[in-house]
Amino acid sequence: MADGRSRVRRRAGVRLWLSGGWLVVLVLAAVFAPLLSPHSPLEQDLFLGRMPPFWVDGAEPGYYLGTDSLGRDVLARILYGARVALIVALVAGTLTGLIGSTLGLLAGYLRGWVDVVISRLIDIWMAFPPVLFSILLIAVMGPGLVSIIIAIVVIDWTRFARVVRAEAMAQGAMDYPASAQVAGRTRLSTMVVEILPNVLPTIVVLLTLEMGIAVIVEAILSFVNLSISTDDPTWGGMISEGRASIHQAWWVMVLPLIALFLTVLSFSQFGEGLKDRFDPVLR
Amino acid sequence: MQILRSVLSRLVSTAVTLVGVAVIVFVVIRIVPGDPIAMMLPPGATAEDIARLTALYGLDKSIPEQFLIWAGGVIQGDFGVSITARRPVLDLVLGRLPATLELAIMALVIAVILGGAAAMVATRLRGTRVEAGIDVANGVALSVPDFLWALILILLFGVTWPIFHISGRVTPSLDLPFVTNFYLFESVVRLRFDLWADMVSHMLMPALALAIPLAAIIAQVLKQSLKETMHLDYVTLARTKGYGETRVIAGEALPNAVLPTLTLIGVQFTFLIGGTVIIERLFSYEGLGNMAIDAVINRDLPLIQGIVILFAVIFTVLNLLVDLTYALLNPRLRHG
Repeated sequence: MADGRSRVRRRAGVRLWLSGGWLVVLVLAAVFAPLLSPHSPLEQDLFLGRMPPFWVDGAEPGYYLGTDSLGRDVLARILYGARVALIVALVAGTLTGLIGSTLGLLAGYLRGWVDVVISRLIDIWMAFPPVLFSILLIAVMGPGLVSIIIAIVVIDWTRFARVVRAEAMAQGAMDYPASAQVAGRTRLSTMVVEILPNVLPTIVVLLTLEMGIAVIVEAILSFVNLSISTDDPTWGGMISEGRASIHQAWWVMVLPLIALFLTVLSFSQFGEGLKDRFDPVLR
Repeated sequence: MQILRSVLSRLVSTAVTLVGVAVIVFVVIRIVPGDPIAMMLPPGATAEDIARLTALYGLDKSIPEQFLIWAGGVIQGDFGVSITARRPVLDLVLGRLPATLELAIMALVIAVILGGAAAMVATRLRGTRVEAGIDVANGVALSVPDFLWALILILLFGVTWPIFHISGRVTPSLDLPFVTNFYLFESVVRLRFDLWADMVSHMLMPALALAIPLAAIIAQVLKQSLKETMHLDYVTLARTKGYGETRVIAGEALPNAVLPTLTLIGVQFTFLIGGTVIIERLFSYEGLGNMAIDAVINRDLPLIQGIVILFAVIFTVLNLLVDLTYALLNPRLRHG
């Protein structure tokens, strides 16, 4: 078995490096977007519409990944779109994790009526179709970055709450929280000091996965035109616009789609890789 | 007795969940900015016209009052009238439901076939490069959601190699002899395989996009439980009887390994149905999800309510069925 174990670990290592590498590149690209892109993502030039990327005949020098139908630089729009995607991933992911884990921890460790109320809420939430729910919430709050983040938090907190509740319940049934209380800790301080550290690896894994989900939700919402204003570059918005001119200019849809695909895949693989690392059986 | 009591308590909790969903949707959509009544009237409408129509749809009352009136109607099977289509919500929703169900079931069938085949092949060829390849493909399929698979399929089979239809449910110029809205099912019953083929060609891409992530989950779980079963004594016994490896896997190990996968499929199927909303939009497929997005855009409050409640009913009933099947199939729970 030792052999199989090391193979799994090696595979997890490769996964972590590849996905982590792409995410680092993406963060750097987003941060240094103004330095990397020679053009503004909003600058239109109708004489330079639908120019192909540099490796295709007829490319316009200086527009490395070509231009869209309004003559805007695709590279610049992908880079600035990465900013939107990463902000949503970090802020929405973290807030969702904080709120969901707190509720899950309270329900799983305190049990009693707290658990009844929170579990009931989870049941109700699970009965909503998530995409429809998010579109509905954006319709209520109006488009915008803040609305998207709130919608993701409102919809996805149950992902954390369900898993953390189960883990906290399992930890709470062990001997050590009881001994901590005998030693004079209050229930709340036991929860934070004793239970939370043991649940933390799970939360970190869920957080990584949630960031990938947040990126997708943002893309879906900008695809149905409910994200931020249509001028501002988002990957989902670019894909939606590019789809209309797919036969004339495939790169407007395909290139942001590749960026989106790699990013979502990387968040998810990074999370799965971390899960293998944290798994005590494998360690 | 035990099982009856747990069924009853599950029924009660399902009802509570549905009431909770109804209350939340009702409140959320009533704080939507944008006046649906003003949107349906021509620009020259007077203030009296607006007031009259607002009263007609009951939108001038307080939210709790509106809820009680609506809930009273729902109990009698009246979900209100759609503001944009001006037809009963129940008719509209039930008219679209078959399209969504057919798509979801087709996706489920594809997922079971793909996932089951992947698990069996990986088990048969365990330790080889094929197994490693299936594992990697599985990981990717699992990490990327249906929305992205749909876009990739549109690019590959709608644009690059235009083999399949990527828009709609059936070619609009075709004459449809159907009396129900279960077109795909009815085309088989009527032996109209020309129509059946046309619809399959429309539905295959959206169904595949929905199926890929589920297929990966099925493959993963089924492979794991096959692996565990393969170490059991009765499997070894079958092998010593001289059965071939393929027969041992398919005939002996599979029936015992399938239970965890079945319950998983039930739960995951609800996620798949939730995914139809955006997939139908992408493929302009005329189902419930597409109608729901239009309803949100048009601020058609009664219609939004009706669709969300219907989705919630489908989800909770499916979960209930999964739990009951599990209880029936699992002897420990049956006699517990």
